[in-house]
Amino acid sequence: MSEFAFLNGNEAVAWGVRLSRPHVIAAYPITPQTKAVEKLSSFVQNGEMDCKYLHVESEHSAMACSIGSSSVGARTFTATSSQGLLYMSEGLPYASGARLPIVMMNANRSIATPWNIYGDQMDAMHVLNSGWVQLFVEDAQEALDMVIQSFKLAENHDILTPVMINVDGFVLTHTYEKVEIPGQELVDSFLPAIEKAPHLMNDQDPMSLCISAGNQHYMEFKIKQHRDMFKVFEQLESIDRDFEKSFGRSHGGAAAGYRNEDADVILVTTGSVTGTARVVVDSLREQGIKAGLVKLRLLRPFPSDDLFELIGKAGAVGILDKNISFGFEGTVYTNVNSSLLQKGYRGRTFNFIAGLGGRDITKENIEEMFSALLEQKGETVQYFNMGCAL
Amino acid sequence: MKDFKMSPRPLWKSLSDVPMGSSCSSFHICDTNAAWRVFRPVMDYSLCIGCHQCYLLCPDGAIHKEDAKVFRIDYDFCKGCGICANQCKPGAISMVKEDQV
Amino acid sequence: MIKKLNARNIDAKECFYGHKACGGCGESLALRLALKVLGEEAYLSLPAGCMAAVSFIYPNMAFKNNAVITPFASTAAVATGIAAGLEALGKEAPLSVGFAGDGGTADIGIQSLSGAIDRGEKFIYICTDNEAYMNTGIQKSGLTPFGAATTTTPAGKAIHGCVTEKKNMFEIAAAHGISYAATASIGYPEDFLNKVQKAKECDGPAYIHIYTPCPTGWGHGSEITVDLAKEVVDTGLWFLAEYENGEFRLNKKPENFKPVADHLKRQARFRHLSEIEITQIEEMRDRKWEKMLKNWG
Ligand SMILES: Cc1ncc(C[n+]2csc(CCOP(=O)(O)OP(=O)(O)O)c2C)c(N)n1
Ligand code: SF4
Ligand code: SF4
Ligand code: SF4
Ligand SMILES: [Mg+2]
Repeated sequence: MSEFAFLNGNEAVAWGVRLSRPHVIAAYPITPQTKAVEKLSSFVQNGEMDCKYLHVESEHSAMACSIGSSSVGARTFTATSSQGLLYMSEGLPYASGARLPIVMMNANRSIATPWNIYGDQMDAMHVLNSGWVQLFVEDAQEALDMVIQSFKLAENHDILTPVMINVDGFVLTHTYEKVEIPGQELVDSFLPAIEKAPHLMNDQDPMSLCISAGNQHYMEFKIKQHRDMFKVFEQLESIDRDFEKSFGRSHGGAAAGYRNEDADVILVTTGSVTGTARVVVDSLREQGIKAGLVKLRLLRPFPSDDLFELIGKAGAVGILDKNISFGFEGTVYTNVNSSLLQKGYRGRTFNFIAGLGGRDITKENIEEMFSALLEQKGETVQYFNMGCAL
Repeated sequence: MKDFKMSPRPLWKSLSDVPMGSSCSSFHICDTNAAWRVFRPVMDYSLCIGCHQCYLLCPDGAIHKEDAKVFRIDYDFCKGCGICANQCKPGAISMVKEDQV
Repeated sequence: MIKKLNARNIDAKECFYGHKACGGCGESLALRLALKVLGEEAYLSLPAGCMAAVSFIYPNMAFKNNAVITPFASTAAVATGIAAGLEALGKEAPLSVGFAGDGGTADIGIQSLSGAIDRGEKFIYICTDNEAYMNTGIQKSGLTPFGAATTTTPAGKAIHGCVTEKKNMFEIAAAHGISYAATASIGYPEDFLNKVQKAKECDGPAYIHIYTPCPTGWGHGSEITVDLAKEVVDTGLWFLAEYENGEFRLNKKPENFKPVADHLKRQARFRHLSEIEITQIEEMRDRKWEKMLKNWG
């Protein structure tokens, strides 16, 4: 039986993990992820979860322990944020190269220095090339549901790739929402026990893992990994269809459009800001302005085909980035712009940088973004809600 | 005692032949180390007292114990380091230059 | 009573074979001997370092066991992750073992080792000490001894090799209140075999620190690796000890030490040392022994 509760994003993730019955959790606390690991430890300490919780001494070891437990076939979860994600970053390509189906929550937060504990997406962009599936959620319900879906995705034998669920720090991790917690039995039938992949360590046919491969072999290992990553699109969609059948909710595939079909101008968002943008789109529509929205749920693998289909007809498209690649532009923009160009998109593209270090992204800011798109005015890269002149 | 069969070097026709993950079966051995050797340990069984030291101390495990008294060198994997000869008190092992064997 | 292990009664099967270590490599001997006791069931974690570099070069895999190369800093974390995973999957008495070099243990891996010992779960950690970062070309580590020339502490005109002494890694491991810790040397192989057996039998974490000469890095003939490892104990420059039930114990108390100079001069890394420096090394040794005899005697 499912039940409703008021949960913040961290608690929603913790519930998603609890319902997924992992064998091992290894995690180290960092704001704004702490409430998730505290909740999980309390589930374990109260006997509500049958799982080994490893109190590691660092994020580097959180990932290393996860690599260890996942390489013997145990369902494994970890969570981190910001400095912690960067600290464990050596382990990320390590895990994906070994094709270990670890699931991780990353509470998106800015990167020091200056120190700042609030939300932006700089941390996730740092590790975009780590070979992990990078998923962004919009609200607490999606966070809970995507934990369950992510295990199913990561553990699929065609995929066998770790998944990072990005949950915006504070805006999502600390905001309470009404969330439906699905019943355990339903989750059990949707997400059965993990089926050990044959390349992992096992007693019958001992394996050597994380081996070295010289220049005559390395490239094929990596291209195989790269090609397999594209299988995520189809699997994610099929998992979501099954999820809808079981739970009556769907979150869609790699990208989702909102009032985009006949839109003249489109804003591309990731994560929680999508909610605000949706409200702005509705009010612009009321004024007769053909504004639309595309929510990017996956940044890796990158859904080029979906994007072009969702955006292709709009005259201008703006990409909202809560990050900067210093000396260039926002990273989501780089990705979207490149893929649209490849597909022959003829409209103009803009990059809107906003929300760094937890700076508000207001409705007015988003309206300004849309007017920049409508008038096609200004520089390609623009900054919003700055406290002083450039 | 070595306890594996030599494996053929894998041939990859397409990516589906490439192993999943960075993994490979354990004890998957395709190449010997014989070519490393400059000197070859040669045993004179008449001098051997069965003390087990050569077998115990070979870093490559290349001296196999066939029974408590018979020790045999696996020349496919012996690197010719000379530890066995150096440790053999009765001098039952001598190091002979490969081209003089 | 556990059977005492010796050359005659250990398992004749090899679990470590065909590796690409240099001829006469001390570390590879330590691994091979340990596996005779640990058996093929043990799950092995090895960080970056010579032993990982020589044992997993596709398509040649030198271990019979399940084995994984870990990130350099992460031997103990991966090993305890494996143990936790196996246990959570219901495997009875899983055996997870980490093998790391001196650099992988006393420097970059010390944090994860400390965390893992602190968690108190059963796993075995074996540090194979060749007193430098060999795999990257003989650089100084926290376990490089005073006076040794490495590529980052060369025997220069102003500074003659390494100016620091070895970290007390065995004591550091023991100070966690670990279930079992020991030092060993491949020069005393049967002592080592039995210490590995003790580590295997004990309930919590166990740490063994074994001295393993490296002909390539130390500049000695490949045939004298085991000789040097015995001599180093006989000269008192290394020691055989255990920590068990909260107590330290010296396994071997030499009456007289063998001369240090002869031992050092067999290794190119020490050949530049002056008599004064060799006397300094003897004084350091004597201070260490004074302390050990007083506290653990
Ligand atoms: C994070 C990281 N830093 C540095 C290295 C480079 N590195 C690989 S092995 C090694 C030295 C290993 O020394 P030690 O642990 O003593 O083992 P040995 O090679 O002597 O057996 C170093 C510095 C690495 N692989 N990873
Ligand atoms: S060391 Fe010499 S005497 Fe001893 S077993 Fe080997 S060959 Fe025989
Ligand atoms: S020479 Fe070295 S490698 Fe060859 S058998 Fe003797 S000890 Fe082993
Ligand atoms: S460099 Fe030293 S430690 Fe490394 S394989 Fe060679 S002998 Fe062994
Ligand atoms: Mg070393």
